[in-house]
Amino acid sequence: MGQNNRQDKGGIMGKTIIPIGPYHPLQEEPEFFTLTVEGETVVDIDVRIGYNHRGIEKLSEMKTFENCTFVVERICGICSTSHPYAYTRAVEDIIPMEVSMRSKYIRTIIAEGERLHSHLLWLGLAGHFLGYNTVYMWAWKLREEILDVMEILSGNRNNYAMFKPGGVRRDINAEDIPICLKKIDSIVPTLVMLKKAVIDDPVLHARLKGVGVLSYQDSINFSALGPTSRASGVARDVRKDSPYGAYQEMEWDMIVTKNGDVFDKAVVRILEMFETIKILKYCLNNLPDGEIDAKIKDIPPGEGIGHIEAPRGETFHYVKSDGTNRPLRHKVRAPTFMNFPTYKATVKGQTISDATIILAAIDPCYCCTERIAVKDVKGRMLYDGQDLIRLSREKTEKIKQRMGGK
Amino acid sequence: MIREELLLDFTSRFHADILDLEDKSHTRVYVTITPESIVRIGTYLFRNIGARFNIASATDLPPKIEILYHFIVEDINLLISLRVFLDRDKPEIESLAKDIEAFNWIEREMSELLGITFTGHPDPRKLLLADNWPEGVYPLRQDYEEWDRTIDRTRGV
Repeated sequence: MGQNNRQDKGGIMGKTIIPIGPYHPLQEEPEFFTLTVEGETVVDIDVRIGYNHRGIEKLSEMKTFENCTFVVERICGICSTSHPYAYTRAVEDIIPMEVSMRSKYIRTIIAEGERLHSHLLWLGLAGHFLGYNTVYMWAWKLREEILDVMEILSGNRNNYAMFKPGGVRRDINAEDIPICLKKIDSIVPTLVMLKKAVIDDPVLHARLKGVGVLSYQDSINFSALGPTSRASGVARDVRKDSPYGAYQEMEWDMIVTKNGDVFDKAVVRILEMFETIKILKYCLNNLPDGEIDAKIKDIPPGEGIGHIEAPRGETFHYVKSDGTNRPLRHKVRAPTFMNFPTYKATVKGQTISDATIILAAIDPCYCCTERIAVKDVKGRMLYDGQDLIRLSREKTEKIKQRMGGK
Repeated sequence: MIREELLLDFTSRFHADILDLEDKSHTRVYVTITPESIVRIGTYLFRNIGARFNIASATDLPPKIEILYHFIVEDINLLISLRVFLDRDKPEIESLAKDIEAFNWIEREMSELLGITFTGHPDPRKLLLADNWPEGVYPLRQDYEEWDRTIDRTRGV
C-alpha cells in the first residue's frame, strides 16, 4: 500500500477516534490499531502507539542511580521487577561487579514469582477473550495465591522495590519460607487441571491452531523475544544463553514449540509456569547465607548493559555514566517493543474474529486489544473493541456447537 | 564459532571500517566503526553471524551524536555493540530497516527523539511523540528546553 493511501487513512482514523479518546478510564496502556478489512478478512493493519509516552528515559537522567531503580519499576505494573533487574545489572556492569549469592537467589525468587503471576494473568485474559470465563476465573484465583506469596516476601503485591544496585533492599526471613512453599504447592493441582483443560480441549485446538502463525524466519527477522519466539521454534532464553542470577544452580527446561500459532504460544506459557515453580521452590529451599548488599559508593564513568528474561521476553537496559551521581543516558527496551511489530506478519489474511486473540497472544499490555477499531475500505467504523471480543467469543461458541453436534 | 575466532574474522573482514575495538569484558565488546559501513557490518552480523538485534541506543554527546547498535551472538554469549559517531548539526545515517524489520521502530524512535535522519527508511513516521509536537524539537538532546509554555509540569512527579 502506497504512502498516500496510508496518509489519508490516518486522516480518517483521527476523525473517528478522537471522540472516544485514547485515554479510556478502563484502559491502562492505550494503543490504537486500524484494521483494514475486505469482508471478514484483514488486508492491512496499522498501529499508533505513544498515547502513554511518559518520557521515562529523560526522567531517569534527572534522578540519582539509586532513585532510577524506583522510576523504572513504575514502567510496568505487571512485570515491575524486570526493569529494575535489567537496570541494576547494567549499573553493576559499569563498575563491573557481581552481587552476592544470597542476593542472586532473592532476585531470582522475585523475578520467577513475577513470571508466574504474569503468565497466569495472560492465561486468564486469553480465556476471557475466547469466551472461556471459567479459565479466566480459575487462573486469576491462582494468581491471587502467588500475589500473596509476593506480599509475604516483599511486603507488596506488585512494585516490590526489592532491587538496588549492588544487591537487594530487603532480606527474606527464614520463617516466611514454609508458608510460601505451601502456597506455591497449593496451586499445582489446579494448574495441572488447567493445563489439561487447555491443551486437550478439542474446541481450543479447532479455535487456535493455525491462527496467527509467526514463522521461524519472521521471528528471526523481527528479532521477536521470549515466549513469542520460543513458540516459533527459536530456542533462545536469556536465562540459558547469558546466565545470570541463580538460574545455573538448578535443572530446568526451556519450553520450545514449533508451530508459531496462538495455541503454541499458550502452550509455551502454560508449560513454562511449571518450570518456574521448579525454580522458585529450589531457590526457596536452598537459599544460601550471606550479605545481601554490596553497598556501592560511587559509579565510575563508563557504560554498562543489563539484559534479563522478563515474562514477555528479554528486557534490555543500557546505562552510560559520566562519573556524576546520575546516568548520562539510560536506554530502556521492553520486550513488547520487539514483539509488537510482529502483528505485520501474523494478522494479515486472518479474520476479524481472530485479530483480538492474535494481538493478545504476544502478551502486550492486555488492555491494548480493546483499542482496536475496524473500518471497511471506505473508512466507515464497523466494530469497536467490545464487538471484537463478542465476535471472538461467538466463533468459539459456533465451534463448540459444531463439535457437540458430531 | 568461538569468541576469539569470531572477533578475528570480524576484524580482518572489516579492518578498513573499524576505528576502535574495546574488548570490555568476556561478554561485552564495543566496536567503533565508520557511519558509512553500518549497513554492511550490521547486515553481516545479523544475517551471516546470526546475531540477534537487541536494540540501538543513541546519545547526544556534543559536538557529536553517538549511536550504539547492540547485537548479541547467543551461542557464545557475546554482546557486540557497534558504535558510530554522527555530526550533531546534520546527523544522517543509512537505514537498516530497509532489509530487516527489527530496525523499523527503533529508527523511527531515534529519529524523533534525537533528530537523526535515517535515509531510505520505509516508514519514516513519528512513533511516540504527539501529533502537535513541533518540528525540530528533540527531547533527548542535551540542550532541550520545555517548548510548551502553557503546561504545568510541577504537579505529579
